[in-house]
Amino acid sequence: MEFLTFKGGIHPPGTKELTKEKSIIKAPLPKLVVIPLVQHLGAPAKPLVEPKTPVKVGTKIGEAQGFISANIHSSISGVVKSIESRFHPAGFNALSVIIESDETDEFETQEEQDIVREIHEPPLLSQSEILERVKEAGIVGLGGAAFPTNVKLSPPPDKPVDIVILNGCECEPYLTSDYRLMLEHSEEILLGAKLILQALNATKCYIAIEDNKPEAIKILKPLAQKFGFELAIVQTKYPQGGEKQLIYAISKREVPLGGLPFDVGVCVQNVGTAFAIYEACKFRKPLIERVVTITGDVQEPKNLLVRIGTPFKELIEFCGGYIDEPEKIIMGGPMMGITQPDDNVPVVKATSGILVVAKDVSQLAPPLDKTCIRCGSCIDACPMGLLPAKIGDYIANKNFETAKEFGLLDCMECGSCAWVCPSHRSLVHLFKYGKLKVK
Amino acid sequence: MKLTASISPHIHKNISIKRIMYTVILALVPAFIGAIYFFGIRVIWLVLLSCVGAVAAEALAQRARKKKLTIWDGSALLTGILLAFNIPVNAPFWIPLVGSFFAILVAKQVFGGLGYNFINPALAGRAFLMASWPEIMTNKWSAPIAGTMSSIKTITSATPLTALKTGIVDQVATTQFGSNTSILNVFLGNQGGCLGETSAILLLIGGLVLIAMKYIDWRIPLAYIGTVGILMQIFHLVGVTPFDGVFHIFIGGLFLGAFFMATDYVTSPITHRGRLIFGVGCGVLTVLIRLWGGYPEGVCYSILLMNILTPLIDRTIKPKRLGQKT
Repeated sequence: MEFLTFKGGIHPPGTKELTKEKSIIKAPLPKLVVIPLVQHLGAPAKPLVEPKTPVKVGTKIGEAQGFISANIHSSISGVVKSIESRFHPAGFNALSVIIESDETDEFETQEEQDIVREIHEPPLLSQSEILERVKEAGIVGLGGAAFPTNVKLSPPPDKPVDIVILNGCECEPYLTSDYRLMLEHSEEILLGAKLILQALNATKCYIAIEDNKPEAIKILKPLAQKFGFELAIVQTKYPQGGEKQLIYAISKREVPLGGLPFDVGVCVQNVGTAFAIYEACKFRKPLIERVVTITGDVQEPKNLLVRIGTPFKELIEFCGGYIDEPEKIIMGGPMMGITQPDDNVPVVKATSGILVVAKDVSQLAPPLDKTCIRCGSCIDACPMGLLPAKIGDYIANKNFETAKEFGLLDCMECGSCAWVCPSHRSLVHLFKYGKLKVK
Repeated sequence: MKLTASISPHIHKNISIKRIMYTVILALVPAFIGAIYFFGIRVIWLVLLSCVGAVAAEALAQRARKKKLTIWDGSALLTGILLAFNIPVNAPFWIPLVGSFFAILVAKQVFGGLGYNFINPALAGRAFLMASWPEIMTNKWSAPIAGTMSSIKTITSATPLTALKTGIVDQVATTQFGSNTSILNVFLGNQGGCLGETSAILLLIGGLVLIAMKYIDWRIPLAYIGTVGILMQIFHLVGVTPFDGVFHIFIGGLFLGAFFMATDYVTSPITHRGRLIFGVGCGVLTVLIRLWGGYPEGVCYSILLMNILTPLIDRTIKPKRLGQKT
């Protein structure tokens, strides 16, 4: 079989053993949720509720505004307590709807209430109905970027999509939420993929899985055959799940610099997103919950089905609490995750994992604490073919224009360069800073 | 609860400057043992003194500049060892001391220390010694004391390259140098020369280990040695040099230079293509100096010249980005 991979990348320890064998279980219903009105790339949603408004599970509380935006729904039933600015786990303050639970867990529509998971029939919908339901459900890319899915499913007419890639790589260390979903809901995911194909008028579908997940491959292989999809077993390497890297690995097409996947006729969707699309189309279920891996230095790491807006703290407590005084709480994985100021932050649509680090494993020095010895490891590691050491130097010298010339804006901040750097330079830190300066 | 905020990534590969430097030093151990075997116990003293000079200069400079002392990160030690490998075994004891002191102080610390020097400190130290005390550095060759010396006894006090340069390679010597036994001899290290440079096989072992561990890029040694071998073979066939390409790559300091000096991160290009250009450039210059230059050996000056071209190479070579139109 052909070896599917990309140039560059790194091999950090996977550390997925902590939660790999843990089935997805439902987290206890939160008493109070904090739901930010921006959980997606693009414009914040407009609040549709006021304090004291009663809401049910799935009640739309935020309306998408503008082309790139997404609806926001209540994830519990209860009463809106307040609408105020709260800390968003992505690192800024955002207007959020705070809802107090009435503990009845009553759904907005009967259809959602009656979800019978054993029935896996593809819903018979037209192309526009699919798009409408996906949009209504407020689905965004669940791999981490949180790009509104309905936008991704509506490419401009002059850029038709012929290939859909279902992204089940999950190359971030520690995280297993996509993996468990593939094992436990494989059929729903493929039904979701079918809807994606229909929405895009695409013909070919690849399911991308890294070769370190044989159990998922075993389950998906016969299913893929049944659906007429192709299983693409890709090399286990970080960041294999990066959109441009995955497209190149499978189709050998290169997304032009500054371009989007549909420029080369490809659409990549995370397996979790495909699952959400299936549920939205079949049951009109909005995106009110997602699978989150709670891992690291907690007593009992778990994969949980979590209502959006649940505070991290409750989930960590449900996992038995901290092993030790935590040093860092990270939303996401260790390569691209974001450190949190406390454990009161809420789970948002882009929360794929919560990683608790008891003692500092980062070993990262402050920016430019040590000088570059020009070993070139970062160049070998960069999955975009950039020269991280040079771009970092230009930014450190405040020469932002040259940094841009050398491709600063093509950097996706995957952190491969910083991971391999023997001088422990905080390269990603420099790039984030540089981007703020040139944009 | 007090949490640490930091920018991703939050994990790091188990690698550091120290680890790299000491690994390279370990890779030089076979050649070091070989040098003791070929040239005697004096080798240990020369290497030791060279290291003392290097570390002392590093400490002095960092203290004077009020910088954090990093004398045990291995980089000064490595410079000390490499410089010692580049002097003849008969050199007086102050030679390695002065050479390594100059190497660290003038070639490295004056420019800002590790990462900022533009030429290889060890080679700069050697060039300094060569220019200042050419008698000591080139004329006091000692023949190896170990092993069979039958095939090189005609030049017991000269290296194959000085023999070539001074024209004492007569018909007999040429036949001997051309024979298999002597190729084997020079490959093993049984030849006159600086103390650490003579054994191609021992340097090759260390170099290949570093390549396998991805601590050095194979492109520089391959391009360098390949260029010298091919060009010398051509010049041998047209009658310019009595030695063939294979013989030429095993004599002089080529293996030491190609695997351990030209691959110095700080002073060689950072891109793959740049490294190929660098290696070929070193090779061409070495051939030119060996055949037509004033010195018998060209490795040191070739690498130094290419070090100076490195910023230019790095400015010119930009690798293709993913999605960039060619």
